Amino acid sequence: MFAMLALLLMGCGDPTLSALLPQGEVATKQYSLMVLSLAIMIFVLLVVFIIYVFVLVKFRKRKGDDTIPEQVEGNHLLEILWTAIPILLLIILAVPTVMQTFDVSAKDKPKKGELSLKVTGHQYWWEFEYPKEEIITSQELVLPVNTKVHVELSSADVIHSFWIPSLAGKTDTNPGDGSKNYMWIETGKKEQVYKGKCAELCGASHALMDFKVKVVSKEKYEAWVDSFKKASGNATGNAAEGQKIFKKNCLSCHAVGKDGGNTGPNLTGFGDKQRVAGVLEHNKENVEKWIKNPQKVKPGNNMPNVPLNDEEVDAVADYLLSLKLQ
Amino acid sequence: MSTHASHTKRSGLMDWLTTVDHKKIGILYLIAGGFFFIIGGIEAMLMRIQLIKPENDFVAAETFNQLLTMHGTTMIFFAAMPLIFAFMNAVVPLQIGARDVAFPFVNALGFWLFFFGGVLLNLSWLLGGAPDAGWTAYAPLSTTSGGPGVDFYVLGIQISGIGTLIGGINFLVTIINMRAPGMTFMRMPLFTWTAFVTSGLILFAFPPLTIGLFMLSFDRVFDANFFNPDNGGNILIWEHIFWIFGHPEVYILILPSFGAISEVVATFSRKRLFGYSAMVFATVLIGFLGFMVWVHHMFTVGLGPVANSIFAVATMAIAVPTGVKIFNWLFTMWGGRIVFSTAMLWAVGFIPTFVMGGVTGVMLAIPSADYQFHDSYFVVAHFHYVIVGGVILGLFAGLYYWYPRMFNRVLNETLGKIHFWTFFIGFHLTFFPQHFLGLMGMPRRVFTYLSGQQLDQLNFISSIGAFLMAIGTIVLFINIIISASKKYAPSSDPWNGRTLEWAIPYPTPEYNFAQTPLVRGLDAYWIEKTAGNKGMTPAEPVGDIHMPNPSILPLFMSIGLFIAALGLIYNHMTVTIMGIVATFICMFLRSIIDDHGFHIHKEEVEADLKGVKE
Repeated sequence: MFAMLALLLMGCGDPTLSALLPQGEVATKQYSLMVLSLAIMIFVLLVVFIIYVFVLVKFRKRKGDDTIPEQVEGNHLLEILWTAIPILLLIILAVPTVMQTFDVSAKDKPKKGELSLKVTGHQYWWEFEYPKEEIITSQELVLPVNTKVHVELSSADVIHSFWIPSLAGKTDTNPGDGSKNYMWIETGKKEQVYKGKCAELCGASHALMDFKVKVVSKEKYEAWVDSFKKASGNATGNAAEGQKIFKKNCLSCHAVGKDGGNTGPNLTGFGDKQRVAGVLEHNKENVEKWIKNPQKVKPGNNMPNVPLNDEEVDAVADYLLSLKLQ
Repeated sequence: MSTHASHTKRSGLMDWLTTVDHKKIGILYLIAGGFFFIIGGIEAMLMRIQLIKPENDFVAAETFNQLLTMHGTTMIFFAAMPLIFAFMNAVVPLQIGARDVAFPFVNALGFWLFFFGGVLLNLSWLLGGAPDAGWTAYAPLSTTSGGPGVDFYVLGIQISGIGTLIGGINFLVTIINMRAPGMTFMRMPLFTWTAFVTSGLILFAFPPLTIGLFMLSFDRVFDANFFNPDNGGNILIWEHIFWIFGHPEVYILILPSFGAISEVVATFSRKRLFGYSAMVFATVLIGFLGFMVWVHHMFTVGLGPVANSIFAVATMAIAVPTGVKIFNWLFTMWGGRIVFSTAMLWAVGFIPTFVMGGVTGVMLAIPSADYQFHDSYFVVAHFHYVIVGGVILGLFAGLYYWYPRMFNRVLNETLGKIHFWTFFIGFHLTFFPQHFLGLMGMPRRVFTYLSGQQLDQLNFISSIGAFLMAIGTIVLFINIIISASKKYAPSSDPWNGRTLEWAIPYPTPEYNFAQTPLVRGLDAYWIEKTAGNKGMTPAEPVGDIHMPNPSILPLFMSIGLFIAALGLIYNHMTVTIMGIVATFICMFLRSIIDDHGFHIHKEEVEADLKGVKE
């Protein structure tokens, strides 16, 4: 009861995270099936609860009543009834279930007009590749509104699961070439930043493997793609100092623009991000906190402690925050 | 054969270490299972304290993963399973009119293997860190997990799994072969039926687990590549193997609870079970279908819409026999004279709770919707509704109901009711909000959550509920301690029971039945009572009773494997070989020494019979 009350007070959760406030075609479809199944189930619950309460009240032993009730063996009609009716209810549920299972599934190649996207799970961050646009980014996915996106999922290490509750249910990212998965997402008509989660236990910082999905207008999306491809990663002032240090210490794992390795997140456009490492508030203090001791923020992640002094860290932080695309 | 005289009575600790008596083994299972239940409960409390507020730092991320792994593993394998075996041991032979199980030695071995498996697993806390890959131990997280934790997991479950497997076989043979005259299959009490089906499920479900664990341990200890995709292995094989075991395991747990509920509901409604044959059929059907649905744990791993649809429909089908059971319980109470004893309260609390767990189960069977539910707190809520709200409430009903049979004392009813209400309310407070947490986007197995996602209040409520459950459990233990100081209950049939176990005097004689009873129908004891008979009609004259000898070998065999496992974990092959040799020596001794057991002589039995009649 308390929980019910609390729930009513709260609504259905965060509109950028809750599966109960779906956006886009897939999540909306899934929500409608949830509602249908819930309605059938509430009907079942009501029937059971009504009989239950009636029986408990009516047939409790009264004081002084020591009679032995009739020892009924059973009733064939009733047995048939409570076998047949549930079967009927399940058929009502099973038909749309099977239909939608096929409906929301995706083939291994994108259909015409679908935006193609490759998602790779890493401990503990997400890599997003737009093969056609030749863009690789991380942690924050940028997508245009009203667009169907074909997603190919894989993992660089252990199993993760790619979940944007507001837009679509989850699909696992499996390691190994033979175990690639596919799904599709429709981005809905709202310009909104949605929250994404990893839903499969993947190690110590599984809980911190958050990402963002920025759904923007088609124009803004095009502009973002353009500026991403043009991004040079050059900077001025203290940030230029930081760029030197970055090139020396970070570039082997982290790419900016066209240069750099790909074992760590691509940092192009880092200055525009919403969160540092997916979880911390996006400010300089937190960037420095991360660089100084990544293990403290995300235990078990693969980034080593880079031997930089405070000034160098300061410069690198300035550099990273200067990496803006707009 | 009859030349063997009565054995010398062993006393105290030695008696418990060497016993092969199903009643004592039942008590051992109950104590050990209760012990691990407390450990698993403490782990749960630590997790709920960590999650009581966002971005809490009560436990570290690594520790939390160990806690969630150990909580799940402990509760499933080392609390729920042994508690079920406790009641199967304590009750099934009595219900079918047998003097013991078919293989008393194997029964003891099963217990000790389980026990040392559990001890091994829990030692990991002290010896380098507990497993941290979840109770499902998905590869490659489990194969690459640092530290010895997952090795403890693999070998602990492997050893206890052997115990469970031979325990299951033992009960199959017992129930098939050792029923009293007249106890046909369709006259067996429902608890015995569920124990029978559960044992059958164990027989088919545990071998895949054994194989899977072997593969996993080979990957870890000997660098095999079963689950290593870089060298041609496949991670999905583990998931399949695990769930081919894991789903039937759910029914292995729930069926005996169904059985206990059936006995309690019938007894306290003063009616025979409504639709007995439908109940039996439903039990068998649930057991059968339980093997056809494992992929519903894997809807999101990418098996494609065809596989997902087939398993979705199969999963939904299980709701039908389960519904049959619910309605038959309701109609057993219909027209009865319901007495709300503590045992009955648990049974009555079980029904709506389990139905709620069942309906979310049907919802989870819808693949497309499951993509949202899967691995979120919705699933956590669901399986706690079926495993705590189903299995544990059923086991508590069984505990209050059979406690007098096991310990000759009745648990205090007032404390029992306090236990019920705190635990029951605490349970719903803990787990009901979790449905919504999941739908609102909270994944399971997270050591923390950021603030500002509207997840704070419900998590807080959930943690408060957990404290209530803990208080309820403490009340139970107080009750048990108090009862130990009490004298025997006045009657050996405190509930006006219907089945054979209540026809036996206090304290239960070592040989259970002085004369094997003649069974004349379902609810055998009730039939005799209503016919005005004082007790069961004997099927044989009083005679010498053949009994098995106690043995220390099961204990030593299990210790041998325990040592071997430690050797494997720490890569000392000599230790491993020593342990295995010790076990083999015990097996050799068991094979070479002719043990014909002993006889309790007719005169002793007659003296006992006189003593009882008062």
